[in-house]
Amino acid sequence: MADNTHSQAQSKGVQTTGHVWDGDLQELNNPLPVWWTYTFYATMVFALVYWIVYPSWPIGKGFLPGMNTVTYVNAEGQEESWHWNTRAKLLFETQDAVKRQKPYYDKVAGLPYDQIAKDPELSSFVVSAGKSVFSENCAACHQAGGQGKVGFFPNLTDDDWLYGGSYEKINQTISKGRRGYMPPFGESLDAAQVDELANYVFSLSGGKADLAKAAKGKELFHSHSGACFYCHSDDAKGRQDIGSANLTDKVWLWADVPGQADDAARIAEIRKVIVSGLNKGVMPAWEGRLNAQQIKLLTVYVHELGGGK
Amino acid sequence: MFKNFKHEKIETNAGLLLVLTMLAVSIGGLVEIAPLFFLKDTVENVDGVRPYTPLESRGRDIYIREGCYTCHSQMIRPFRDEQLRYGHYSLAAESKYDHPFQWGSKRTGPDLARVGGKYSNEWHVQHLIKPTSMVPESVMPNYQWLQENKLDVSDIGDRMRALRITGVPYSANDEEYQRNVKQFGEAVAKTLHIPDALKNLVAQAQEGNFDGDRSSVSEMDAVVAYLQVLGTMVDFSKIKPEDLVKFR
Repeated sequence: MADNTHSQAQSKGVQTTGHVWDGDLQELNNPLPVWWTYTFYATMVFALVYWIVYPSWPIGKGFLPGMNTVTYVNAEGQEESWHWNTRAKLLFETQDAVKRQKPYYDKVAGLPYDQIAKDPELSSFVVSAGKSVFSENCAACHQAGGQGKVGFFPNLTDDDWLYGGSYEKINQTISKGRRGYMPPFGESLDAAQVDELANYVFSLSGGKADLAKAAKGKELFHSHSGACFYCHSDDAKGRQDIGSANLTDKVWLWADVPGQADDAARIAEIRKVIVSGLNKGVMPAWEGRLNAQQIKLLTVYVHELGGGK
Repeated sequence: MFKNFKHEKIETNAGLLLVLTMLAVSIGGLVEIAPLFFLKDTVENVDGVRPYTPLESRGRDIYIREGCYTCHSQMIRPFRDEQLRYGHYSLAAESKYDHPFQWGSKRTGPDLARVGGKYSNEWHVQHLIKPTSMVPESVMPNYQWLQENKLDVSDIGDRMRALRITGVPYSANDEEYQRNVKQFGEAVAKTLHIPDALKNLVAQAQEGNFDGDRSSVSEMDAVVAYLQVLGTMVDFSKIKPEDLVKFR
């Protein structure tokens, strides 16, 4: 047909659409280029092949499944085939990727934590794989480099650990999650007492506090009416089994002490926490979302971020 | 029959062109869309999917009001890269009570189909108030008014009744309530009972304390409650992956 019209056009000259504008303006009615016509026919042939190979036409309550199949391993560990669909293909690709990564993950699973960090090949795997898991799942709160956010989420790159910095403790924190809590003291203590306590807490990490107030605050801290020592312990260094903060170092999470311009504002920040307490510091449990190997990778990654304990 | 057929006849006859174009388009619709209503494999048969509680449902209304769907999809496609980033691919069953569904075909922000439980409530609150304070490179606008606005709960019953007309099994009477107890269990059925909607909404906001402030129910409470339930209803550890493969 294409050849026919082509030769027609050649013998009779190209036809026009028949309209004439302004006396001499005509529109040529050229036939479609031959390459275009055949490409069009080729797409029809492609569609026919596609119908046969892939799921296509609906029939009653089912559909033509197509001849293409995907083979994967089912929950019983047996190979199974199903007609091609994106879910089957994904299952195959996931299992294939697991197979290829297995040598590394087997090594990670089999070795104790400290050995992983020492093995140069594995530790570079942990850094790259751990980093990608960290970026997607942890960075939203702990920030891209693990530096955290004062007032919200702990810094993972320093030496200070609320719940413990050993591999086992980090693994537990990631798997099971955490929930921070400090009762509010705004009602049980009066404003002067809160101020004395804040001065004492500020002095613990070397801040320039009012010494007279700090001395009174110290008494209150260790008394049963203040009762701070119940959780933060006698030496104010906190207890990692309940996640109470170490008050003697310069690391601050809830009170934004480093962000304030002068000592009065720093102490005011501490007062705020004492008055209203804390009912935040929630870390979600990752057990269901990440698998055991990913959590082990992350544990090593986070441990290396902060130099661990 | 086609010996003297010229395509020009169609092209120069507007009425004929219109009829034939409509015929061609409706064949596409009939073949691609209509069968989905009859195929038995379209919606997977999985446990756990339930209608939203009154508070979550109001959160969803605000999600739509603020146009979150223009940047966030709620559909994880069955590709490996998406599964690695967002989690298990979405099932049709998971949005069967969504009217309208929030699948979306364009992402500026990440997919939210499984954001539930991924971050803490306080992260969501802070992130909604000022996204760049949590994610410095974010281009998401601030939604600080969610925390300030009290949630309008005056028409919660009407909203549920409207959804009930579309087929969401909220119960309006005892008979329907008993049917829900059978289908979803008593604890869930209670949250779906329209006469108790307001009581349930306030109770969930109080218990969940989503915005960190128990003194009132804010729009933030509702939005965070909604975000925290997204993608959490189906327990995939109890489903064999090949069973889902066979639903296609």
